[in-house]
This record gives sequence, structure tokens and C-alpha cells, in this order.
Amino acid sequence: MPQIAQIAATYASQIFWLLLIFGAVFFVIGLGMVPKVQSTVDARDKQIAGDLAAAEQARKDADAREEAYRAKTDANRAEALKVTQAAKAKGIFDSETALAKADAEIADTVSAAEARIKAASDAASAGIETIAAEAAQAMVARLSGANITPAQAAIAVKAALANG
Amino acid sequence: MAAEAGKVDPMHQFTIEPLFGTDHWAIAGHNIAFTNSALWMAITAVVLWLFMLGGMKRALVPGRWQMAVESMTGFIDGMLSANVGPAGKKYVPYIFSIFMFILFANLLGLLPLGLIGVHPFTFTSHFTVTGVLAILSFSIVLIVGFWRHGLHFFSLFVPHGTPWWLLWLIPFIELVSFMVRPFSLALRLFVAMMAGHVLLEVLSSFVINSTNAGAGFGLAIGVPSFILMIAICALEMLVAAIQAYVFALLTSLYINDAENLH
Repeated sequence: MPQIAQIAATYASQIFWLLLIFGAVFFVIGLGMVPKVQSTVDARDKQIAGDLAAAEQARKDADAREEAYRAKTDANRAEALKVTQAAKAKGIFDSETALAKADAEIADTVSAAEARIKAASDAASAGIETIAAEAAQAMVARLSGANITPAQAAIAVKAALANG
Repeated sequence: MAAEAGKVDPMHQFTIEPLFGTDHWAIAGHNIAFTNSALWMAITAVVLWLFMLGGMKRALVPGRWQMAVESMTGFIDGMLSANVGPAGKKYVPYIFSIFMFILFANLLGLLPLGLIGVHPFTFTSHFTVTGVLAILSFSIVLIVGFWRHGLHFFSLFVPHGTPWWLLWLIPFIELVSFMVRPFSLALRLFVAMMAGHVLLEVLSSFVINSTNAGAGFGLAIGVPSFILMIAICALEMLVAAIQAYVFALLTSLYINDAENLH
């Protein structure tokens, strides 16, 4: 077994070179390289965690924004409904008012016209009596030669009209 | 490897051969020749460094190699935070170094480089090496324990719920189990690696010797041995990873004792 047979001759060399080389490994690789590798991993983990948090935050923002948008849309819709209903009600009211006004005006016009017609017909009938009286006076004068006064003619016409 | 007169010595693969510096490289009279063992430590360190270079691109979206490096650091980081807790963070460099150094050493030692005449030396099959690594880990436990808890660290030897009438015995048993730790740590790795390599070598000697003895022996013994060798090679790769893991896991458990004393 060389490990034991050679121990006296080789132990110093073994220990020396092991300490030298393992020491170099420890200082160069263990203390020099490992922390850098670990910091790379840590930085990556941190970045991933940060990105995930940012994504989560963005998702929350989007949700909140969508919620706000929905609420706004609902409010707008309600507002629009209110406005249309008010407009509809106003339209109905306006048309009713206008209709009532027009009705009143029409009634006025009709009654005024009726009054005018009545006056005209009165005037016309009065005219007829006068003309009839003059015509009767002229007819009497032509037929009998008797002169009658317009008053007598008027009385006769009136009586005839009333009878006729 | 050493087929001297048709014989294969399964232990020969563990021989340390000085490459240079045999004569005058010494510290306080101790020879520190650069051996094949030291060469493979250096190769392991370089390969590990090359592996780690792939993780230094520091890209936000990692490539495959960077992903592999990051999964190794993440594995050690996870092991320490599971076993030691938040205080385990600062031991990641040490545990990572020891885990990867042992893992790469074990795996490189299994490379079939014998095919091109190079002898892949597994320095983790030497208890001088595993012993030093175990003592390093054990020293860290002791230093951290006494640094953080002072003499109160000795209460490690009195577990919670010890009945008063066993107080004369339990601390002694705990002390023994505590002091055995560096030995078990070192011997486990050394024995596992050595046993696997010896087994492969013995099986390969079966293949060689039975085939040399004739076609019949070769078919009857050599072929099954070769099939078994393939299976054991797969097992050895598993063992290489598991032993590195066990070493790192036990070290982190011991550090947990020192960090979070009960």
C-alpha cells in the first residue's frame, strides 16, 4: 500500500502541494469567482422578482382602469337616459302647449269670423230692406203713379219680408 | 499498470512518483518534490478554474455552461442554507471549493487516460491528502465554535435532554464522537476512492490474465469481468460525486454545530 509505504518520504510534499493548490483554489475560485456567480444569480432573481411585481402592478392598474371605465360608461349611460327622458318629456309638454295655444287661436279666429259673418249678414239683410223699399217705391210710382214716402215703402217691405 | 511478468499490482496505481525537485526542494529539511500527485492537484485546480470561467460571463440569460456553474454554486448555497441557515452564507466559498476540488479530483482520476499511456493519479485516494482536507474542515469548526461561543462551545458535549444521572458518561461519548469526526471524514473519502480503483484494477487483471491463459478462460472470466468493470465504472462515477457530496455535507453539518450551538 503506497499510501503507507511511502508516507515518510512523501507526506511533506503531499501536504505542501495540497495546501498550496487548495489554497489557490479557495482564494481564486472560492473567494474570487463564487461570489460573482452568486451575485449574478441574485441580480437575476431580483430582476425577475421586480419584473413580476411590475407586471402584477400593471395588471392591477389595468383592472382599476377598466373598473373606472365601466363605472364611467354606466354613469354616462344613465346620464344619457336621463337626458333623453327629459327631452322626451319636454317635447311632449311643448307640443301639448303649442297644440293648446293653436287650438285657442283657432277658436278665436273662428269666433271672430263668425262675428264678422253675422255682421255682414246683418248688414246685408239691412241693405236688402232698403233696396227693397226703394224698389217698392219705384214700382208703386211706375204702376200707380202714387207717390209713397220711403217710410211707407219700408213698412210695407218689412211686412212682406216678415211674411215671406 | 505495472504488468511485471504477467502480474498486475493493483496498488501500484497509488505510487507517488516525484517528477522533479527531488534533490533540493525542501522546507525545514522536508522534501517537497513536485510529484505526480501534485501534478494532478494542479490539473484539478486548472480544470476547475476553466469550468468556473464559464460562469463568469454573468449574462442575464445564462447559457448552458453558465447555467451549470450557477447550479453548482446554487447547490452548495442551498445545502448550507438548509443545514446551517442564514449564517451558512459565509461558508459557501470554502464548502464550494472543497466540494468541487474533491469532485473534480475524483472524476479526473477516473478518466481512461491509461489508454494513451498517461496515468491518471487520484490524489483523493491518499489519506495524507484527505487528512489535510479533513483537518482543515475540523479546524474551521473548532475556530468558529470557540470564536462564537467561547468555552460555552463545550456544551456541545451535553446534548439537550441528557438525564442528570448520565452526565458522567454522555459528555465523554460526545467528545469521542466529536474527535472521531476528522478521521471519519478523511478515511471515508480515502477508502472509497482507493477501494473503487483497486476493484477496477483487480477486475482488469482478471481480464488480462484470463485472456493470456487462453481463449476459453478469456470468454469465461475475461468477458464477464469486463462487463462488470463497465458497470463498476458507472458506479465509481456515482461514488466520486457522492463522496465529494458527503464530505461537503458533513463539513456543513459540523459547521452548523459550531454556528448554531443547540
